[in-house]
Amino acid sequence: MGRWFLRYGWRHLVGAAAVVVALFPLVFVAAASVNPSGTLTGSNDLFADPTAEHYRTLFTDPLHPFGSWFANSMAVGVTTAAGSVFLGACAAYAFSRFRFRGRRAGLLGLVFVQLFPQLLAYVAIFLLLSELKEVFPAIGLGSRLGLVMVYLGGALGVNTYLMKGFFDTVPKELDESAQIDGASHAQVFFRVLLPLVAPILVVVALFSFVATLNDFVIAGLVLTDPDQQTLAVGLYQLVSYKLGQNWGVFAAGALIGALPVLVLFQFLQRFIVSGLTSGAVKS
Amino acid sequence: MAARTLSGAVVAKLAVLGVVDALAVYGLVALGGRRSWWLFAAMLVGTAAVNVIYLGSRRVPAKYLAPGVILLLVYQVYVVLYTGYAAFTNYGDGHNGTKQDAVAAILAASETRVPGATARPIRVVERDGELGFLVDGPGGARVGSAVRPLEPVAAPGGGVAGAGGWRTLPYGEIVARQAEITALRVPVPGEGNLRTSDAVTAALYRSTLRYDGRADTVTDPRTGVTYRDDGHGRFAAPGGAVLSPGWKVFVGFENFLTVLTDPSIRAPFLGVLVWTFAFAGLSVGLTFAIGLGLALVLGRPELRGLRVYRSLLVLPYAFPAFMAAILWQGLLNPDHGFVNAVLLGGGHLPWLTDPWLAKLSVLAVNVWIGFPYMFLICTGALQAIPPALTEAAQIDGASPWRVLREIKLPMLLASTTPVLVATFAFNFNNFNVIYMLTGGGPRDARSPVDVGSTDLLISLVYKLAFGGSARNYGLACAVSILIFAVIAAISLAGFRRARRLEAS
Repeated sequence: MGRWFLRYGWRHLVGAAAVVVALFPLVFVAAASVNPSGTLTGSNDLFADPTAEHYRTLFTDPLHPFGSWFANSMAVGVTTAAGSVFLGACAAYAFSRFRFRGRRAGLLGLVFVQLFPQLLAYVAIFLLLSELKEVFPAIGLGSRLGLVMVYLGGALGVNTYLMKGFFDTVPKELDESAQIDGASHAQVFFRVLLPLVAPILVVVALFSFVATLNDFVIAGLVLTDPDQQTLAVGLYQLVSYKLGQNWGVFAAGALIGALPVLVLFQFLQRFIVSGLTSGAVKS
Repeated sequence: MAARTLSGAVVAKLAVLGVVDALAVYGLVALGGRRSWWLFAAMLVGTAAVNVIYLGSRRVPAKYLAPGVILLLVYQVYVVLYTGYAAFTNYGDGHNGTKQDAVAAILAASETRVPGATARPIRVVERDGELGFLVDGPGGARVGSAVRPLEPVAAPGGGVAGAGGWRTLPYGEIVARQAEITALRVPVPGEGNLRTSDAVTAALYRSTLRYDGRADTVTDPRTGVTYRDDGHGRFAAPGGAVLSPGWKVFVGFENFLTVLTDPSIRAPFLGVLVWTFAFAGLSVGLTFAIGLGLALVLGRPELRGLRVYRSLLVLPYAFPAFMAAILWQGLLNPDHGFVNAVLLGGGHLPWLTDPWLAKLSVLAVNVWIGFPYMFLICTGALQAIPPALTEAAQIDGASPWRVLREIKLPMLLASTTPVLVATFAFNFNNFNVIYMLTGGGPRDARSPVDVGSTDLLISLVYKLAFGGSARNYGLACAVSILIFAVIAAISLAGFRRARRLEAS
C-alpha cells in the first residue's frame, strides 16, 4: 500500500485535485441551470429541488430569441470552419507541393499579416462592411454571411502553416504515382492527399469553430438585429443588465451553447493532442 | 493541338467563373454609380486576375491560393492598411466627413427664417427621383432643387404642370416622402434657401453665418467673429471658440504623440502597457508551469485512468471562454457569489472591484481557462521525446530531477516555443476575459480617460473607439498600430529564438 502510494497514489491525488478545480465551476453552472430560484444567491444550494423551468424560459421567453442565437452560432461556426479548412488546405497544398516564384515571401507574408489581430482593426472592418452593404447587401453590415467572410479573411496564416507541416509528411511519391496513372492535380489534391491529412483537417475545423463561437467583438459589430446575433453577443446581453435575476436562464443557455463543443472535444481528443503539438493555439 | 473534351469538371469551372463574373459586373455597375472609383479599380483588377488564373492551364499554385488570398487582401490586409491610415487622421465623433460636408452642416445648423419675408405658395415637383420646389410668381414659373438653385423654366402651353419635365407630386407621394420634403433646401441665388414645413408654402431661410469660399473663413456678421481653418479639421475663432462639426484631416503623428506625451493619456497608457505584459506573461508562465506539472505527474503510460483524467481536464478548455468569464463573474460576486458565500463561509472579499484583487481574479480565471490546453500540449510533447534518451540518462545514474532539467525541459521548450509565443500574443489581446469579467474595471477615478486597473491595451482601444461619449477612431487606431508594433517585435524575437533552439 505504502509503495503503491509513493509510486502512483499521490499522482491520483494531484490528478483528482486538478479535476476538482477544473470541474467545480462547470458543476456549479449545471446546478444553477436547474435551481428553481434562478438567482445567484439561491444557486449556491447545489442541486436542491431541480427544475427544468429555466430551459423552458430560455426557449419560450420572447425577450431573448435563444433558439436563433444558437442556430446562428452553429451556422456561422460550421460555415467558417468548413471554409477555413478548404481555403487553408488549398493554400497548404500549393505551398507544400509546388515550387513557384514568391513562395518563401508568401509564407513569411502570411505570418506577418496575421500578427495584426482582426480585433484591432474593428473600426476599419465596420467601415468596410458598411460600404459593402451599399453595393452587396448580402455580405454587408448586418449579414451573417458577411461575418463569415470576415472570419475567412483570417483563414490562411496559422492554419496554412499547421496544414503545410502535415502535408509535408505525406511522401511526394504518392502524388507522383497518381499523376503517372493520369490523375490531374485537382484529383491528386481531393482524392489522394485530403484523405491522408484528415486529422489536421479535423483539428483546424474544430479550432476555427471554437474561435468563431468565442468571438464577441466582431460578431457584435456586424450583427445588430437580435434575431441574427450569435450566442456570445446574445448571452452577454442577457446577463449584462441584471445578472441576479437571469442567472438560471444564463446557466441553462451556457450549458446548451457549450454542449456541442464539449461533445466534439471528447470525440476528437486523439486528433487534438496530435494537432496541438504541431503548434496550434486556442484563439 | 490536342482536342479537349468538355469534361464535367471544366463545365463546372466555367459555370462558377460565370457566376463570379456576373457578380463582378453587377458590383462594377453599382460602384460606378456610387463613384467609388478606388473600389471599382480594385474589383476590376481582381476579377481580371481571377479570370486569367482560372482560364489558363498554367499557374497551378495560383489556382489553389487565389480564393484565400483574395479574402485575406480584402478582410485582413485592407483593414490593417486602413487602420494605419486612420491613425494619422483625426477621424472620430465630429470629424466624420469632408470639409465641404462640414461647411454645409455648419451653415444649415445656423439657418433662421428671414424676418419679414412672406411664405410663398409652392408646389413640390419631382424629376427622375430628384425633388424640387416650383414657385409660380409674377415673373413666371421658377424651379429649383437641392443641387440646382431656383431658376426660371418655360412653361409649355401656359400651364406649369409639365414645366421642364418636372412632375407635380400627388398628395399620396407627398405624404410618403414627408421627411425628404421637409429636409429639402432649395437655394435662391443671393437670398438664402427655401424650405417648407407643409409642402404648400415655402419660406426663405438664411444662415446667420457666412462662408467665404475664397478666404476659406466662416463669419458671423452679428458679432463680427471670423472662424478660420485651424489645420485640425475645425473652424476656430481667435478666442478659441470652434464650430461644430469639423471634418477629417491628416494630423500626422499627432495621435501617436498624444499617446506618448500627453500626461493625461500617457500615464494610464503606460500603466496599461505594463499590466498587459504582466497579464500575458504570467498567464503563459502559470498555465505552462501547471500544465507541465500535471503532464509530468499524470504522464505515466501505466497509470490507470489517464484517459479519464485527460477527458475531464480538457473540459475547461472546451467550455467557450466567454461563457467561462461570465460564469466566473457570478462566482466571484462579492455578496452572492459561490466563492465568498460558500467557499469563504460568508466573506465579503471584493474580488472584482478592488484594484489588486481584480488583477488577481482575472489572472486566476485566465489560468483556469488556459491550463488544460498547456496540459495537452505538454502531454503530447513529452510523449514525443524518445524514451531511449531518458532511459540512457537514467542508466548513467542521472536523478529524475536532472533528467527533467537537462533532457526533457530543453526538448520540450524547443517544440513548444512557437505555442508559447502564440499564447503570449493571444493573451496580450485577450479582450473577452477582461471585458466579460471586469469590463476593465475598477475604474481609475484619478484618470481623466476611462481606464481601469484590469484594462489591457486591446480593451483600452475598444473604449477609445466605441465607449464613452466622444469616439476617437484616429487615436484608437494609433494605439492599435502601437500594439501591433509590440506584438510583431515580440513574435519575431520569439520565432528567431525558436529557430535557434531547433537548430541547436
